[in-house]
Amino acid sequence: MRLEPIANPSLARTILPPAIAIAMTVVVASLLAMLAGANPFSVLGLILKGAFGSKFAALETLNRATPLIFTGLSVAVAFRARLWNIGAEAQLYAGALITVVLGTGALPWGAGALLPVLALGAMLAGALVLLVPALLKVRFGVDEVVTTLLFNFIFLLFISMLLEGPLKDPMGMGWPKSERLIAEARLPRMMEGLRLHWGFGLAIIAAAVVWVIQRRTTLGYEMRAVGLNRDAARFAGIAVNGVLIKTALLSGGLAALAGFSEVAGLKGNLTLDLSPGFGYTGIIVAMLALLNPLAVVAAALFVAGIFVGADSMSRAIGVPTYLADIMLATALLLMVLAILLTRFRVVRE
Amino acid sequence: MTGAEAAQVVLRLDRITKSFGKLVANDAVSLSLHRGEVIALLGENGAGKTTLMNILFGQYTADSGRVEVFGHDLPPGNPRAALDAGVGMVHQHFTLADNMTVLENVALGTVPLWRPRLDRAAVRAKIAGLAEDFRLAVDPDARVGTLTVGERQRVEILKALYREAKILILDEPTAVLTPQETDDLFATLRKAVALGLSIVFISHKLHEVMDISDRVVILRHGRLVGEMRTQDTDRHALAAAMVGAEVSAPKVAPATPGAALLRLGEVSTPDKGNAPGLKSVSLDLRAGQITGLAGVSGNGQAALADLIGGLCAPKTGQLDLDGQALARWSPRIAVQSGIARIPEDRHKTGTIADFNLTENAILESYHTPPMSKHGWMNWTRAEIATRDIITRYDVRCPGPETRIRLLSGGNMQKLILGRVLEAAPRIILANQPVRGLDIGAVNYVHSQLLEARARGAAVLLISEDLDEIMALSDVIHVISEGRLSPEFGRGTMAPADLGVWMAGHGFEEGLAHAS
Repeated sequence: MRLEPIANPSLARTILPPAIAIAMTVVVASLLAMLAGANPFSVLGLILKGAFGSKFAALETLNRATPLIFTGLSVAVAFRARLWNIGAEAQLYAGALITVVLGTGALPWGAGALLPVLALGAMLAGALVLLVPALLKVRFGVDEVVTTLLFNFIFLLFISMLLEGPLKDPMGMGWPKSERLIAEARLPRMMEGLRLHWGFGLAIIAAAVVWVIQRRTTLGYEMRAVGLNRDAARFAGIAVNGVLIKTALLSGGLAALAGFSEVAGLKGNLTLDLSPGFGYTGIIVAMLALLNPLAVVAAALFVAGIFVGADSMSRAIGVPTYLADIMLATALLLMVLAILLTRFRVVRE
Repeated sequence: MTGAEAAQVVLRLDRITKSFGKLVANDAVSLSLHRGEVIALLGENGAGKTTLMNILFGQYTADSGRVEVFGHDLPPGNPRAALDAGVGMVHQHFTLADNMTVLENVALGTVPLWRPRLDRAAVRAKIAGLAEDFRLAVDPDARVGTLTVGERQRVEILKALYREAKILILDEPTAVLTPQETDDLFATLRKAVALGLSIVFISHKLHEVMDISDRVVILRHGRLVGEMRTQDTDRHALAAAMVGAEVSAPKVAPATPGAALLRLGEVSTPDKGNAPGLKSVSLDLRAGQITGLAGVSGNGQAALADLIGGLCAPKTGQLDLDGQALARWSPRIAVQSGIARIPEDRHKTGTIADFNLTENAILESYHTPPMSKHGWMNWTRAEIATRDIITRYDVRCPGPETRIRLLSGGNMQKLILGRVLEAAPRIILANQPVRGLDIGAVNYVHSQLLEARARGAAVLLISEDLDEIMALSDVIHVISEGRLSPEFGRGTMAPADLGVWMAGHGFEEGLAHAS
């Protein structure tokens, strides 16, 4: 068996494999639900209902999707230029760190001045965190997959040290957590009475901005050129290393906004369980979205829906929430295969 | 009738058909090869020669048709079976392990993996015997990485003979050789034929075909369009059959050279792995003149192209543009200085396969108005410019939105020509501008270069095809191991004279003279 590239894939070719991938994911989830002794239809129904079945559920899903949109965009931007940023987790915590350092009373300003400063400060911190691996890559050829991945652990331990030391909340009864943000540093809710904060709005705006950058600016053109063919880009006169550095700054900044939005919009302080792997899940989101910034929003809603729905389903009938992780892993693997099948045809020898 | 036809048929291809998508690479091709015969398989690039031989050797499976070797059907898609049946193939790109010796390379794959030790004495004896019989002088203990291209090719042939090949397939064997090395190869092939081997010789060089073959089989667009005995034909008839029309060499009027636009003064550049850098090269590119750079592939052409294209800077020596020494040098500065660069590899460096035509057409100009302003792309203007190139340079395509990977090599090259010539450049670096193109596209590219010369542009034409160099160039330099020969005027050198320089001789004399 061998793969032959398809010159001009038909519409069915483009749509069918991903659709089948989603369907297969549902089938796998059903089988596992049966293994857990539950009725697969009620499990899937409960997941759907738990994710989107009520206003409360839907808002919960949107809240959960917010950090995933940011980290998904971060990964999508980087991967588009073939900068393999696996470090969105560290960049997220860098953003969260700046938010609590500046937002717990250090800057006694009104919300109108403070919130933009916090967001920009967070972006700067995230950008700097990815700048180091990017410089190592362009200067010395150090593989950024290794450096960004390993830096996640270093940075989490660094946060842990800070939360046990200088940032520790004196009123925290000994728990490793930071002081709470002042009221002016909290992101307001998008609508009165709804549990949805402006972080989500910011995420949607970020997705649109990234789309515009990629499609309408010279920087976006350079990023795509560098990602698709570095040799040709260099030959044409594009400063490949410079583009990679700019990509790193943008990608790190986007991931850091996830940390800012989680702290300022949802949690109000920094703890070590701020992110249950949003940085890594961002990779899944970006891949499911085929690195398209607008599709990242949809993919993030899909992934968040599965998590929120599985939580709710688990509370209702006791099938473990790990089902959500399996579903996402299956969806990712099948989607990668499906993408391959949209571009190649399998030929039997 | 004659002796050759009465001889035993060793190989028979029967109505081989193979398509890749919509492209029919081989369309019911049948041919037979006799014992002790050399068949030349002639055709333009993309005519289906290599595909046919890959089917014979089991690397592709035919859609239909049969391969018969010594009267037995060959199972499709099985190179091992082809080897066992006595078919040996020498590919265009060698398949040798650089870090192993000649002896190890030859023995590789003939000894079962579980055998703990290689019986070197036996292998050595057999290699020595073959080298003697076939006039293949190679040191069995030399590391392949240290050998010249010609020697590597001998190792490839030795490898096939070591496996007792009775049928040798040589895919464009002379593309990488100097004229002298080609003569050596032909001597070996004549020995092999005398010893009863049969040979399929793939080429598009007519004089070689006339020289070595007994019979010529011509492929065009995947179809067998002609089969004749070499003694009954001539180069002109073969060329006509190959391209399907009478061909005429471009008529080149004498040049009126002007001032040196670009001047290299004793420039040296670092080596890049196996590829030599430039060794104290001095060169003038004059307005209104085509300078041809001849040489065997991998002798510093890449280094010179990289230097002029802005991809590397001189380590020592200097680069003058219009008499001004260049302080800073990059691809972008090169483009802005009016240098049009036609890259050697249009797939890898000339275009971005998954970009559409518009995106490819503006690769060098996207950062300047009207393509963009203050960092914002103006796609409307970019598309208008692309449509203009498509019309003026006759790029056959569905439209500017098409991904460029769907275009043929010739149309891709036309887009590149449009991209670099649109700005009316003063200096043109054409690195292998017609490699892999069909004859129509070749003529088009050449006429564009001549037109640019007439406008007063300085053209540097780098090619491995001596005929192309000699037809177009007003002056010729030969490059060998990064050293540049003196300038030779049009018509002052015969191919054999240039071959001496290509093989690296003549430089010592020149160096002695200089010091």
